[in-house]
Amino acid sequence: MSESDVTRDGVRGARPGREATTGAVRDDGRQGGRRRRDGRRGRGERAMVPDADFRSYYGRSVLNPPTWQSRDIAGYLFLGGLAGASSLLGAGAQATGRPALARSGKLAAIGAGALSLAALVHDLGRPLRFLHMLRVFKVTSPMSVGSWLLAGYVPLAGVAAATAVTGRLPRVGAAATAGAATLGPAVASYTAALISDTAVPAWHDGHREMPYVFVGSAATAAGGLGLIAAPSAEQAPARALATLGVGTELAAFELMERRMGLTAEPYSSGTGGRYVRTSKVLAVAGLAGAVLGRRSRIASAVSGAALVAASAATRWGIFHAGLQSANDPKYTVVPQRQRLEEGRPATGTSTTTHPVTAPTGEG
Amino acid sequence: MTAPPRMGFFTDTSVCIGCKACEVACKEWNAIPADFPEGGFTGTSMDSSEGLGADTWRHVAFVEQRRPLGGQDPGVPRTAPTPHDVAHLDVLSLAGQGASSAPAHIPASPAEPGPAGDFRWLMSSDVCKHCTHAACLDVCPTGSLFRTEFGTVVVQEDICNGCGYCVPACPYGVIDQRKDDGRVWKCTLCYDRIGVGAEPACAKACPTDSIQFGPLDELRERADARLAQLHGAGIDEARLYGRDPADGVGGDGAFFLLLDEPEVYGLPPDPVVTTRDLPRMWRHVGTAALALVGGVAAAFASTIVTGGRRR
Repeated sequence: MSESDVTRDGVRGARPGREATTGAVRDDGRQGGRRRRDGRRGRGERAMVPDADFRSYYGRSVLNPPTWQSRDIAGYLFLGGLAGASSLLGAGAQATGRPALARSGKLAAIGAGALSLAALVHDLGRPLRFLHMLRVFKVTSPMSVGSWLLAGYVPLAGVAAATAVTGRLPRVGAAATAGAATLGPAVASYTAALISDTAVPAWHDGHREMPYVFVGSAATAAGGLGLIAAPSAEQAPARALATLGVGTELAAFELMERRMGLTAEPYSSGTGGRYVRTSKVLAVAGLAGAVLGRRSRIASAVSGAALVAASAATRWGIFHAGLQSANDPKYTVVPQRQRLEEGRPATGTSTTTHPVTAPTGEG
Repeated sequence: MTAPPRMGFFTDTSVCIGCKACEVACKEWNAIPADFPEGGFTGTSMDSSEGLGADTWRHVAFVEQRRPLGGQDPGVPRTAPTPHDVAHLDVLSLAGQGASSAPAHIPASPAEPGPAGDFRWLMSSDVCKHCTHAACLDVCPTGSLFRTEFGTVVVQEDICNGCGYCVPACPYGVIDQRKDDGRVWKCTLCYDRIGVGAEPACAKACPTDSIQFGPLDELRERADARLAQLHGAGIDEARLYGRDPADGVGGDGAFFLLLDEPEVYGLPPDPVVTTRDLPRMWRHVGTAALALVGGVAAAFASTIVTGGRRR
């Protein structure tokens, strides 16, 4: 085995061309390579920032876009929200004496929770290695935190649903219901950190508002499902929850887009924009139907379905907007270039170089 | 036993000749599968590997620019050749003078500079930056990505379950998933080679020392000297990229000397490790979770306020 040519005392056998100077002298300004982007605004888009003038390497993306499949990961974001908020709705219904709403909430929680876990495993490149998720716990990795959350939440939601359906072991059921309702809000909200903790511009730049969008969307979905499943006499809390959810989701989304500037563009263009617009229409229509048609069982159920679909469309829209922002170098280069030219420091406080990990067994 | 110093790469793109020996050496040593671009050609100058990914751990970028070049002195005496000189060039007598000393007269030198052109070619061998604050390592949920004793960032392939979280976390677009394999792959800075005192395959193969391997503090000193030399020669646009330990990723273990803005080479101009904002994200997640609890409580309370109508 040869030894390194580079030592602390210098380089052995350095190549003779190392000190050569290149032929290009004196910067004469920027020429070539510059890519002019004209505004390509379609219907429904707003000019929030001036057209970007920037340079790139043959228009190729700077980032490697996520390898995640939309059915798995957008579905995972939606189902996690539906499950977490449904656990809360089910627990509230049990506490206030609404057995049918309680049962439907618990069934929705275990159904969506189990499906979200299945989606997470299915999206792995090596599904058989899912349990490697549980060999460490890292707060620097929202996916690690989420794996542990789901590992605790899904069994609790399962026991809560099983006891609700069979009517056996009521005390165990009550404890499991309380446990699932405790972890539920975290299950519904942590996915915002999951996608924001990436270099994907449309996801990262929305990290302040994304958790509120997500819990709003979760409340919309859980309320909508309650309107579908629960009898009219027990629907009032579901309708109120959906109302709060739609309001929170729309307000937080609006705030997020306004603050983000350029990197919010994918939320109003392309596939992401279509899903987001669809979501807003469904949410408003579903809410109107749920309130105006509250005396009709059928109108309530149809409105509930629209609300559930609105929540899913939000997640698919956010997912695709992220892909769009990762695939276009504009969203990476322009904000960073502006930050440099304005001399602004990047936001944030500090980060851990060596995150705390707890090895479990393997060494 | 004391820990070895932090090791890294200094890639001086001003002497890169675009030979791709680094790409080949990396592929061979690490047994990386072939990944020909669609149709075999990219159509982007001489670039044949498009960018870093699971099966490309060294990528040579080629940038063509309409930009006047300065004259370059090859350092040998010469006179302007005529077509007659070239046709009657006595190569045997030139060879007889030997290669150890420059001949007194070269009728037609291949190094003849000619007029200054209006075209320049930038070439740069890109690689994993082995960040001080590495987002891929931070977000890895299995602990598969780890920091070695050399300060480099390496994937343990027997641990990786292919969750893909590191892929969008990397601010440079380095790490990626191998489709038929499911796991993620990237440059290891030849962890197997440097552990036994050998330099990484790419640096070993580089014929111009554009890729230099060594202790990071020494590489930084050398890069500073090289930058001063180029600035002294009038090449004002030369700049170091990833050299600054105070940048958004705490400095790169593999840094570069560039002759244009980073984005021209496909590099982000001001990358920031995404986990720098994670404490704030968790705070907002916590607040949002509490808001959801409050929202559900309010939803049930509203049914009491409205007269207990259960509908």
